Amino acid sequence: MSDFGKYTHAIMRAMPASLSTAALRSDNVSPVDPLGVQREFDHYVSVLRDRLGLQVVMLPADEELPDCVFVEDTAVVCGSTALITRPGAPSRRSETVAMKGALTELGLNIVEMNDELATMDGGDVLFTGKEFFVGLSKRTNQRGAEILANTFKDYAVSTIPVEEGLHLKSFCSMAGPNLIAIGSSDAAQKALKVIQQMSDCKYEKLTVPDDRAANCVYMNLPGKGDVLLHCTPEVFPESTKVFERLKSHMLIPVSNQEKMKVDGALTCLSVLLRI
Amino acid sequence: MSVPAVMTTEAGSETDVKKEPEKVPEVEQQQEQETVPPQTEEQSSKPAESEAPPTAAAAADQPQEENQIAEPQSEPEASASPDPSSPPAASAQKKEKGISRFLPPWLKRQKSQSQEKPAESPTPHTEPIEEKSVKEEDEEEKKSGDQPDGGAAERTEEVEVKEEAQSRPQEEEQEKEEEEKEKEEEKSVGSADTQPAREEREGEPEVKESEEKKEEKKEQEQVIQPEESAALLPHKLSKKMKMVVCHVTLLDGSQFSCEVEKRAKGQYLFFEVCEHLNLVEKDYFALSFKDNAEQRCWLDPTKEIKRQIRNSQWQFAFSVKFYPPDPSQLTEDLTRYLLCLQLRQDIASGRLPCSFVTHALLGSYALQAELGDQDPDEHRLDYISDFQFAPNQTKELEEKVMELHKSHRGMTPAQADAQFLENAKKLSMYGVDLHHAKDSEGVDIMLGVCANGLLIYKDRLRINRFAWPKILKISYKRSNFYIKIRPGEAEQFESTVGFKLPNHRAAKRVWKVCVEHHTFFRLTSPEQPTKSKFLTLGSKFRYSGRTQAQARQASTLIDRPTPYFQRTSSKRISRSLDGAPMVNISDYSRAVDSAAGGDNGPALELNSDSKSKLRVQGENIYVRHSNLMLEDLDKTQEDVLKHQASISELKRSFMEAAPEPRPSQWDKRLTGSPATTLRLQAPGAPQISSSLPEADRRDASKSTEVKPEVNGQPEVVEVVEETVVIEEVVKAKPKSPTPEPESAAQDRSLSSDSESEDEAEYHAHTPSISVQLIKEEPEEELNQQAPPSEPEPITETEPAVPAPSAQTEEDEAPNGHSPIPEAPPTETEEEEPHIVNGGVSRVETEVICCSEPPVVKTEMVTISDTFAAQKTEISTKEVPIVHTETKTITYEAAQLDGNGDGEPGVLMTAQTITSESLCTTTTTHITKTLKGGLSETRIEKRIVITGDSDIDHDQALAQAIKEAKEQHPDMSVTRVVVHKETELAEEDD
Repeated sequence: MSDFGKYTHAIMRAMPASLSTAALRSDNVSPVDPLGVQREFDHYVSVLRDRLGLQVVMLPADEELPDCVFVEDTAVVCGSTALITRPGAPSRRSETVAMKGALTELGLNIVEMNDELATMDGGDVLFTGKEFFVGLSKRTNQRGAEILANTFKDYAVSTIPVEEGLHLKSFCSMAGPNLIAIGSSDAAQKALKVIQQMSDCKYEKLTVPDDRAANCVYMNLPGKGDVLLHCTPEVFPESTKVFERLKSHMLIPVSNQEKMKVDGALTCLSVLLRI
Repeated sequence: MSVPAVMTTEAGSETDVKKEPEKVPEVEQQQEQETVPPQTEEQSSKPAESEAPPTAAAAADQPQEENQIAEPQSEPEASASPDPSSPPAASAQKKEKGISRFLPPWLKRQKSQSQEKPAESPTPHTEPIEEKSVKEEDEEEKKSGDQPDGGAAERTEEVEVKEEAQSRPQEEEQEKEEEEKEKEEEKSVGSADTQPAREEREGEPEVKESEEKKEEKKEQEQVIQPEESAALLPHKLSKKMKMVVCHVTLLDGSQFSCEVEKRAKGQYLFFEVCEHLNLVEKDYFALSFKDNAEQRCWLDPTKEIKRQIRNSQWQFAFSVKFYPPDPSQLTEDLTRYLLCLQLRQDIASGRLPCSFVTHALLGSYALQAELGDQDPDEHRLDYISDFQFAPNQTKELEEKVMELHKSHRGMTPAQADAQFLENAKKLSMYGVDLHHAKDSEGVDIMLGVCANGLLIYKDRLRINRFAWPKILKISYKRSNFYIKIRPGEAEQFESTVGFKLPNHRAAKRVWKVCVEHHTFFRLTSPEQPTKSKFLTLGSKFRYSGRTQAQARQASTLIDRPTPYFQRTSSKRISRSLDGAPMVNISDYSRAVDSAAGGDNGPALELNSDSKSKLRVQGENIYVRHSNLMLEDLDKTQEDVLKHQASISELKRSFMEAAPEPRPSQWDKRLTGSPATTLRLQAPGAPQISSSLPEADRRDASKSTEVKPEVNGQPEVVEVVEETVVIEEVVKAKPKSPTPEPESAAQDRSLSSDSESEDEAEYHAHTPSISVQLIKEEPEEELNQQAPPSEPEPITETEPAVPAPSAQTEEDEAPNGHSPIPEAPPTETEEEEPHIVNGGVSRVETEVICCSEPPVVKTEMVTISDTFAAQKTEISTKEVPIVHTETKTITYEAAQLDGNGDGEPGVLMTAQTITSESLCTTTTTHITKTLKGGLSETRIEKRIVITGDSDIDHDQALAQAIKEAKEQHPDMSVTRVVVHKETELAEEDD
């Protein structure tokens, strides 16, 4: 709705040292540079807090939970309701505890996904402001999607099969109130088609050459208007050029090179909400 | 009241072009009634036995009836009808609901039939000819009646044939009425003795003719209890019409009672209600009632109430039928208020799910609208508990509502309503009409019909969506509901998606709702229901009200002071909702599951849906009209329409649509992928889908050919397909020899043709095989005396033949047995055949009924497996075996000796016109030939009706004949060949 992107708070979680060695990853090729990843993380935090003025709630790291920095997967917040997910990877299930505590403290209505048959990673949930799309992926199943639908009853919840990539948002995200950033791979384009078919709304699309670059963070902030955190030209030069065509947006390139090695995308690092 | 006028208009519009406007509605109603056998069956556990008495009763009634008819029958047949004292004959006659009753009398005369029963000389018509087919039908009906899973309910196919064969119209009406009465009365009387009821019927003919007037008078008429039993009371001779009290629950929970004439149509009551409510923008609203299965049904305004509610109470609910996507565009606050009330009901009942926050917000607007500003003193916490804001209302919610209510201070009721609507309309389930269904895997899903299209839900998740522009065709068949999807950019072929509804009626209901929603929201004006000139089988139903575009237009013209209305205390509302079940999608579906579980069992596929034979019921197709408010997708509309032109394709796609399990595909769909899953590639990729069945059919034929009617198998699906060819011949000069003399032998050849034809029917317009013909020849005069052997037409017709047209080969024997294939499609214009009549300035007009030439009836029954021949063999075990039974019956006028030679003549012009309607394909061949200086115009129409045996084919045929006659009043029907093909598909498990 018109409130889309109007965030006041960001919940993040400090990075455990175990990330670089123990985090789940689908690609084992290159080692994560512990320093580099921390540098990226710090930059991200400073952009949110210092540059954009969001209240950043930083949860403490837990070395037992190497993936805990990717808070997005643990909760879906819409309006004043938060759905605490049941992450698809068993090793990550305990990550939700801290998140639940933080959201409760912030006064949100908490709904928990207790069904043992349900799994959901927040990275599979694309909220467009008008409706939800839930990627059915390795990490998110139908039951999880049903629970989300029961939690956010005002909205249509459509399921989108994710055939490649980790999450639905591994190749797409919202780049504006009515704008979907989408990668160019077949899988991404196919998913977009499904999204378009399932929706009564007509979304515009912003197609970027690199799937991973399609994950960006949109906000609509007072005094700043449309804000977009997106990939850096060093990593995705061509995709960056595409983002740069969004003249009305405040564009903030944020490097994510190291976290990408462990399937971390820009949206993964925070849960944004409005209080 | 303003009603009568409206009624009249409706009748007119509804029936297209009618010469006798008053008659039409009645006929329609009767037809409708006639198609309500299910009731009867439902009630009688033994269908077989129950069938007989009613017929007999009807027959018994008939004579009387005829006597009562004020209008004398002009036809000889009518006069020949048996007198009351001869019940057997009557019953025999009655029994035939077959085509013969529609045939012109002369056609009914049996010339030389072995099957004839000479004994019945006085009333030979109909009986012999029909008997076989009728019996067949009866059998079929019985069979289907046996089927456990609500077969009875499934048979409600409504075929609205609005026109009657011209011959014996009066008698016919009577007959039908009798039948209807039968059915109604049977319930109570239960036996053949319907005499007591007879009295009521007195004077009905006149009454009918002035039905509109009647309604005017209604008020003065006696009041009768809602129960229909009153109908049987003998004492109403004095009163001509019966009144019934209807109870309508309004949106504020109050009751409105209204007296209507028993035969009143839905709109009468609806208008009464609207008047009571002072509602002008009424197009979004409608009346609904609960059927026997507690399902909500919409009251069709154009049909009699009684017919629709059947046994149910005369209890209705006034509701929103079409939820305006943008309520702010409504003109009147009153309309918005009513919409709010509806939505409050929807929300409180759980039908419109919303979040806690939304419940609270909407509740607060409702409070503001009804109570105005919150008064801290007056409004204590408990004032709120009179309202129901949510299915599960908590204290927390109530507190939130009050808190929000406080913030609306100063808002007028109208503003509060508007705000309510602005928020409600954003809800994803706003205006979505949900129907339980199963996909072809048997998974429970919900079909949601809304302004934008069709949504598919599994539990609460949207797993697919078909916007109206994506949908080419909507149809239902038996308990299956199909949509045909426009191919996507990357796809080459249209695909058809099938869903299984709990029963036939549910399938029809969702089909209807789709048709209505599509028309209302997407069209600028409603489609004319009866565009097609010829047969229309299945439901002709179309939405007949105003579309949203028209409603909006009308709204702008509203010129009256803002009506005052009182916003009711919602106490009543909450009370009325007490009984309403909380429904959320998943719960609901589960409930239904258990309720209807027996029906659908685990079997999802078309063929396995019941343990016993199923007859394929109505096949109804709703093709998107071209005057849509187009979206980009519609560009290719025309192309698509071309594609779908042929019935055969339709049929094929249907057959493929609910096919065998295809695990790989469906599995995917289970996961909710709309793109990959729900679709079956339809006609374009027949290798997979269609060839399988065919292969099996072949196998079947090898093994079981001898016994095509092995119905003993647990699961048999019968598809009845009917092909009708109507051939009309006009000769400028009667002398011209018409090679009509079709003998039995010829017929045989015809029918053998037909076998190959059957195949042709599955392809696009292959005009080749004429199976059933109605040939009209000018051999008879207008005069009632038929000059049986006189080839010369009485009228001296100047061969006003548009002569100098290209004279082509002679081989164009217009009357040849296979004229269709030969006819060169020279002019392909869509001109209607009557143009031809213009060309031939003088043609002898012959009224079929007037002359009574002998009829030759031949019948051929062929059993074949049609498809085996040409299809590639693919062995599959799970494919239905299809047996085909082919039956050809020929009625033809006696050939005049002089004519019989079949002199070829010179072909002057020939043209072929093909037109399609719902489930019929009509091919018209017009040939003009010069024979010995005389020009002869021969029109041959071939009509292929695809439908199931449920349809009153005879009715349809009769209409075809009538229409043909109307189009070519100066021609005569010389031959009617009915070719009936029945497929018996058995599942070999």
